[in-house]
Amino acid sequence: METIETAIRFAAALLLAPLLPGIINRVKALFAGRRGRPTLQLYYDLAKLIRKVPVYSRTTTWVFKAGPIAGLSAVVCALGALPFGGRPGPLAFEGDFLLIIGLLAFARFMTMLAALDTGSAFEGMGASREAQFAVFAEPAFFLALAALSRVTGEGSLAGMFLSLNPDSWRAAAPVLALVTAALFIVMLAENCRVPADDPDTHLELTMIHEVMVLDHGGPELAYILYGASLKLWLFAALIAAAVLPRHSGSWLYDAAFFLAAMGGIAAAVGVVESVLARLRMLKVPYMLMGGLIFAALALLFQTGR
Amino acid sequence: MLFFSLSFIVLVASAFLALAAGGSGSRARIIGAGGALLGSALGLIAVVKVLFLTGAETYAAWSAFAVPMGRLSLSLDPLSAFFLLPVYLLTAFAAVYGAEYLGAGGGRRAGAAWCCFNLLTASMALVFASANAVLFMLAWEAMAVSSFLLVAYDHHKEQARRAAWIYLVAGGAGALALLFLFSLLGASAETLDFPAFARPEGAAASAAFLAALLGFGLKAGVVPLHVWLPEAHPAAPSHVSAVMSGVMIKTGVYGLIRTMGWLAPWDGWWGPALLLAGLASGLVGVIFALAQHDLKRLLAYSSVENIGIILMGLGLGVTASYAGSTTVAGLCFGGALLHALNHSLFKGLLFMGAGAVMRATGTGELEALGGLSKKMPRTALYFLAGAAAISGLPPFNGFISEFLIFLGSFGALRGPEAPALWSVAVLLALAAIGGLAGACFARAYGAVFLGEPRSSRCRAAADCGTPMLAGLALPAAACLFIGLFPSSVAGPAAAAVSSAFGAAYGDAFLAAAALPLAYVSAGALALVALLALAAALRAFLLRGKVPAAGPTWDCGYAAPTARMQYGASSFAQPLTDFFRPLLRTAGRHAPPDGYFPRGSDFHTEAGAVFYNNFYAPAALMLRRAAYRFSWLQHGRLQFYILYIIAALLALLLWKL
Repeated sequence: METIETAIRFAAALLLAPLLPGIINRVKALFAGRRGRPTLQLYYDLAKLIRKVPVYSRTTTWVFKAGPIAGLSAVVCALGALPFGGRPGPLAFEGDFLLIIGLLAFARFMTMLAALDTGSAFEGMGASREAQFAVFAEPAFFLALAALSRVTGEGSLAGMFLSLNPDSWRAAAPVLALVTAALFIVMLAENCRVPADDPDTHLELTMIHEVMVLDHGGPELAYILYGASLKLWLFAALIAAAVLPRHSGSWLYDAAFFLAAMGGIAAAVGVVESVLARLRMLKVPYMLMGGLIFAALALLFQTGR
Repeated sequence: MLFFSLSFIVLVASAFLALAAGGSGSRARIIGAGGALLGSALGLIAVVKVLFLTGAETYAAWSAFAVPMGRLSLSLDPLSAFFLLPVYLLTAFAAVYGAEYLGAGGGRRAGAAWCCFNLLTASMALVFASANAVLFMLAWEAMAVSSFLLVAYDHHKEQARRAAWIYLVAGGAGALALLFLFSLLGASAETLDFPAFARPEGAAASAAFLAALLGFGLKAGVVPLHVWLPEAHPAAPSHVSAVMSGVMIKTGVYGLIRTMGWLAPWDGWWGPALLLAGLASGLVGVIFALAQHDLKRLLAYSSVENIGIILMGLGLGVTASYAGSTTVAGLCFGGALLHALNHSLFKGLLFMGAGAVMRATGTGELEALGGLSKKMPRTALYFLAGAAAISGLPPFNGFISEFLIFLGSFGALRGPEAPALWSVAVLLALAAIGGLAGACFARAYGAVFLGEPRSSRCRAAADCGTPMLAGLALPAAACLFIGLFPSSVAGPAAAAVSSAFGAAYGDAFLAAAALPLAYVSAGALALVALLALAAALRAFLLRGKVPAAGPTWDCGYAAPTARMQYGASSFAQPLTDFFRPLLRTAGRHAPPDGYFPRGSDFHTEAGAVFYNNFYAPAALMLRRAAYRFSWLQHGRLQFYILYIIAALLALLLWKL
């Protein structure tokens, strides 16, 4: 029974993830007074892309094709360690978040190599920026998790999130609020959302993530888009578990609550994208350092408590 | 112990036979490489016996050779065996590789090179196995001299001669600190045999710790004592660079660990001191690696970084153990030791890969390479494994050891106050180092293997022969194996931790790491399965379809050239700009001028900051001071003999 439940939760994450970008786009359309794309647009895009025949640059090698494959597999593998609706994932263990971070770094590394494989100056530029932002995002992410780990006294994601409950907000509100803020900033940067990057930008010179995948098409592009939505799901799930801890006896109720929280976080991203302009490229590290400082403050409050 | 002695004899004998065969390059190659292979195989038997079967072994046959205050004795405990494992593995890989790399030509020079190579391995093995300070220092100096000769292999190049001199001076300075260390320990133990060493009374303990940090830190390349490393390692032939960077600098780590074992119980500030030295090495190493334009120099700086990671693990472990957290300390010690093993494998692989690239193209200049994954596909594949492993990415071995140190620091975070604060520093530094190392090796791999070739030599390149490829494939396979099945090395690491610091730490390490490592192993295997699945799905989706081929989309630009690619310097520019105050990048920039510019020029170079700002002025001062005493050195033999007699008389009077 336990195995089947875990499998259902895992499958739900895989199936529902492309919904998040749809929700973000609905919110953005609402703010702009447009009708906007259908909520299920990403599903349509994926269905179309897997039927297409790609074009490969003559400069590229197998690394170019391996990039999307590695990117998607690593994120799927990372999802295995992620708790879903207050229940641990199949790969939950002491230090599971380290595996998640390692897998995400592997995905990033292979994506950068695939970009460099095209020999295009623009894609090299994107890879260079991605590498730069990772240097600032990773410490912020680690420190946010460190604060959570110290608050809860647990060493695994499942343990941390299972021991969080509405009472922990009463006891340690500043710490959890700061951690949430730090995680939110890291999520925006890691998932190439405004204000770090603009997924809808149209000028190659200003792109970061989008420019790295300019040459990909067909099934490879589908892998990349799907992988990106799974990565967004992963970060949103971390925040959902930290912000809205609810553990009742019924896992159905918990799952429904968790999904509502995920929708809320996607809507929050949509609001941020609608009301904020994109930062200048040179300012992005400062934003990430802001996240780092939030996380450091959370840790300080926690040690001071 | 029999196999260890046999291995030693084979290595030394083949070294001198290779030298004797000097006239013929091919005979020297067969004797030298064959002897190194046989010696390593015999040595591996001894190591495996100690690590997996019997436990510690001591050897008394040499005890007949008494020296003042002790006997020349050997011992192989799990700590020695754990460090000997990469010595023999990498020597075997490098010997296979070197047999092709050095070529059959070269005559007397090839014979000398093989002689020094085998002597280097033999002396390293002796360093790890000796149980007496005199024997240790003899082996230590033999190691320094043989590697000095190999650094000077290309002595017709001015740069290699300079590197060799810097290396020799650094080695001498380190040995001086070690003599001080051993006289402190020997004076308090009244013997120079290792088993009798214990913590000296009072301030002498701290003095011994500092002497060890200086002497062993110099060999390991700890910042700011690292200046010789980026000069010397790139100058040697590539398979020697692999052995020097992969295992020789680990003798410093080994010495430090041994000394910490003798000096227990530790003082409160030793852990933070080690940790800070590691932090500085890790960050400075990776930042400088990111700014290098030469592939082998980049790899040498990255060795400084990895030594930093090892020392951070050790330092946090010592700090945690001072506060009483045995589990955290065990995890940190185990992670640090495993990182020493892992670094040997992937750094050896990367240096040999760099050698293959340089042999095929004649240059290691990142801005002159590119597109080699089409010309040298197998070299590119193995180098990619090394690059991913050194960036600490799953499913490779670099991730495993960093995971353990991270696990230790998260454990410390939930424990008592003092180690918790230090663990935050370690977490931040390790996270930043991870990001920077990923950037550094994506840049290096991209500049060398991906995109279009940037020079005509790259267009004509081809994969090297089977021996060199085997020398790359074997360490790559080892990196993947440890990454997929980390539990296989956890036992030996725990045994090494036990023999270094006490059984409590080894047991705690095994207890705390076993389950997470099993899960990490499951995760890595799942990743491999998912990769295969995703690749199969892609093949299924594309079945019967013929993908079109075209040019790279360059914003619609129709005539891109290879020179328009994003180069290595451009890739690193945002980060090198950020760290400009540290790097002191010197630049020359002649921008395009006027409406019809003739040409423009842009050139940057990361300076040797530590050398130029500290060591060069210090050396100059020392030379000026020494000049005042030059009247003592006049070349008249009778006066020199007088000095000796005077010194002997003074010693005699002092002793009376």
